[in-house]
Amino acid sequence: MAKNTHDVIVIGAGHNGLTAASYMAKAGLDVVVLEKNEWIGGAAVSRELYPGWKYSNCSYVCSLLRPEIMRDLELYKYGLQIIPYEGSATMMRNGDYYAHYHDHDMTINSIRRHSHKDAEAYERYSRDVLRQCKIIKPLLKMTPPDLTSFKPKDLFGALEFAKHFAAKDELGGLGEKEIYDTIRFYTMSIRDYLDEYFESDITKAHLAGSAIIGTALGPCSPGSAYVLLHHYMGEVDGSVGAWGYSRGGMGSITKAMTGCLNAHGGEVKPDNEVVNVITKNGRAIGVATKKGDEYYAKKIVSNLDVKRTFLKITEESSLPGEFVERVKNFKIRGSSGKLNIALDGLPEFPCIPEGDPGGGGDMHFTETIEEMEGAYDDWKRGEWSRNPYVDMCIPSKSDPTMAAPGKHYMSVFIQYVPFNLANGGWNEERKQEFGRHIVDCIAEFSPNFKDLINHYEVRTPLELDNEVGLTEGNIFQGELTMDQLMFNRPVPGYAQYRTPLKNMYMCSSSTHPGGGVMGAPGANAAREVLIDMNIPQKGNYY
Amino acid sequence: MNRDLRFTALKKTPFHSRTSLASRTNKYYNWNGFTVPTEYSTTELEYTAARNGTSVMDLTPMCKYMINGSDANKFVDYLVTRDLSQMEDNTVAYIIWCNEDGKVMDDGTIFKFSNTKFMLCCAVKSYNWLHDSAEGFDVSFEDATDTTAALAIQGPTSCSTLKNYGADDLELLKPFGMKQYNINGYDVLISRTGFTGDLGYELWTDPANAENMWDSIMEAGKELKIRPFGMHALEMTRIEAGFIQTNTDFMAAEDSLRPVRMRSPYEIGMGWLVHLNKESYFVGKRALKKEKETGNSERCLVGLDIDGDKPAVGSVIYNEKKEDIGIVTAAMWSPTMKRNVALASLKRPYGIKIKENIFAEIYHPEELEYKKIWAKCKVVKRQFFSPERRNKVPADLYE
Repeated sequence: MAKNTHDVIVIGAGHNGLTAASYMAKAGLDVVVLEKNEWIGGAAVSRELYPGWKYSNCSYVCSLLRPEIMRDLELYKYGLQIIPYEGSATMMRNGDYYAHYHDHDMTINSIRRHSHKDAEAYERYSRDVLRQCKIIKPLLKMTPPDLTSFKPKDLFGALEFAKHFAAKDELGGLGEKEIYDTIRFYTMSIRDYLDEYFESDITKAHLAGSAIIGTALGPCSPGSAYVLLHHYMGEVDGSVGAWGYSRGGMGSITKAMTGCLNAHGGEVKPDNEVVNVITKNGRAIGVATKKGDEYYAKKIVSNLDVKRTFLKITEESSLPGEFVERVKNFKIRGSSGKLNIALDGLPEFPCIPEGDPGGGGDMHFTETIEEMEGAYDDWKRGEWSRNPYVDMCIPSKSDPTMAAPGKHYMSVFIQYVPFNLANGGWNEERKQEFGRHIVDCIAEFSPNFKDLINHYEVRTPLELDNEVGLTEGNIFQGELTMDQLMFNRPVPGYAQYRTPLKNMYMCSSSTHPGGGVMGAPGANAAREVLIDMNIPQKGNYY
Repeated sequence: MNRDLRFTALKKTPFHSRTSLASRTNKYYNWNGFTVPTEYSTTELEYTAARNGTSVMDLTPMCKYMINGSDANKFVDYLVTRDLSQMEDNTVAYIIWCNEDGKVMDDGTIFKFSNTKFMLCCAVKSYNWLHDSAEGFDVSFEDATDTTAALAIQGPTSCSTLKNYGADDLELLKPFGMKQYNINGYDVLISRTGFTGDLGYELWTDPANAENMWDSIMEAGKELKIRPFGMHALEMTRIEAGFIQTNTDFMAAEDSLRPVRMRSPYEIGMGWLVHLNKESYFVGKRALKKEKETGNSERCLVGLDIDGDKPAVGSVIYNEKKEDIGIVTAAMWSPTMKRNVALASLKRPYGIKIKENIFAEIYHPEELEYKKIWAKCKVVKRQFFSPERRNKVPADLYE
């Protein structure tokens, strides 16, 4: 049995674990990251599951990763390059399509084909959503204040939070009306929100997609408007809300982070699953791995979601009962599945004209909000959606490194797919049945699609739980609803990355500001560890 | 009605039928008297092509001069500050040249075919200067600007694209090497050179071959993320690479109305190109030797890494006492590095001995008001981005 001592142990080599580890290593600490899988990256991976094709087989696109983190960790030096999307499109059963483009005026022209009024309303909608993005942006980097505490840090923090909420810096101050708008935005359903701007079904359906991806809410559920904001608040080089591919797949992000970590003396140890946090007198002092090794450190940072951290690898007896209850009640419901497909050529989608950049990014085929809500109804009954919402893209159209020239990799994200499948749960047969169903749905819009398939991988929430370690397969490591955001994330009283155990911290997407390959939870957690160790922080992020 | 051909407005390059067809935005500019696109679709996507796939740019407006004659070798070595006496045939060298006062005239690339044949490629019109400098040398000059069509093919997949086009074994060509090909019945000279700081090539051919070359390359790069690339995107890549642009980062000596604006090579970060120990005399040697000995260079051109994400375009640079110490000549937010970078001309000792406590005053436009930002700067290496693939031999292939 080997004994190892470090300054910091990070549990889990996902992007947040690696972000936290890199910041701490840059600050001079001796950091080790223990990863259960044989590969590094958590849900940001590129895996060659079929020879010659790389799959971003979990997360598949990038927008939210904070540019300050990319800058501080110098990720370009380790190969990270973001490729912006060219456009997006929703295909229609009547053979038409609806598209958005990189160029704003092209988007306006495109919407106008469906509704003249919507095309102009889109300007107002863009402005209002952008305003909300500007309000929330500075909050992402902040440790949420504890609103019940009278410590100066928390009082100033609360003031700072409120100041940003009023967007004094970014927007020159908001009036009463705008503050009401913000509060409404955080609590409304996306259907109600879009109804205030648009008349045509296709415009609303296309835009509403961002409000349901990854969440166990439907477009009519209150709180779904916020999920849209969560998907919009990223950027690609100043284009707020823009998305892009990570060249070489999402694994390039975690590979680059590992490069930075290694350059600063840190190390990732794959195939080292942490099974137990070792505690002594209410303090975390180390971890034990499945292999039987023990690692000791001054600080332990868990990148596992809050349920796994406290219900699986920490002794319940070492934690306050109320905290454990709260963690048990944390909403983390899986709702998404995925197909990763190796294609022998580019599938034709006759709805979208050849060469139209609208087909260069995400493609969908849900034409109304009602269809979307119907897909959600299936999920509530424990079934996969018969008429699902899909977010599909072909990264190899833009990225020359995913497959050989002329070959293509297609990523199909599917909403909704339950974790607990009705009538006996998931098994191999039902998983394949689900996969075939999705292939059939896509083939309705692409006559040559089936013939081009060399191989595909089916992912259900069960795989995301078992393999990646996302409880119930929830991609955000916890639902993004008001009761679980900011100072309530993951549980009230513990939103500052610290835990009831001294020297133990959380850095996963279960913490503020949540999931989406943002890196902010990791960077924020590293800041708190460094504060507690009296080590000055440097960089653009802080 | 026949047009009177004595009148020439802006010229069109031999690629114009193709570049104008590819342009979705109809944005053009005047480059050295030619009409060429500033942007084809969106600059951001064009820029990305140069860092991700293959970018194609019409380079024809660059000034190109053939230098022929038994003294061509000696003349070129006399013209430029760099020691070219050991330069091999079929290679290219980056060079600058000065006037007798040691002030920079222009920078460019020189292509050596043999001791008696060279091609000079540069930004500023130099036909007259070449003649003026050639007294006593057996050389002749030919302005090949209008008679040579040129394309820049740059980016990680550029080698694969050109191999598909017919450039066999191109991956073995070293940086600053050049090779003569015959493709689709036309002579095409390919050099491993460029202005993007990435893997890339430049192609030189007869204007009669231009349309065929454009079409064939676009077809060859179809599966390799090829995209035409305008001047705005080129500006981004060249700043990242730390390349200087005449009359942007410094004033060409011949173009400076105000003598104080003229710069020596030492003042624009080009001291490494001045070989004072070169045996023979070269234009400006005396003045440069003196400047080097006395160390009286007044300015320097440096790279800046600037806090925040607002580009410091045109910013004045200050020290901590708020004294004016220089100006930003080019600035951008780098999409690849996620850094706010700039090239700046500073008054020494700032930038050389003093590299900290330097600030840029940035005026960021926000809906008809300026937000004034006082941003901290760090003096860094001017070559901000230089990926490994840039100089790799054999070059990366995508198969």
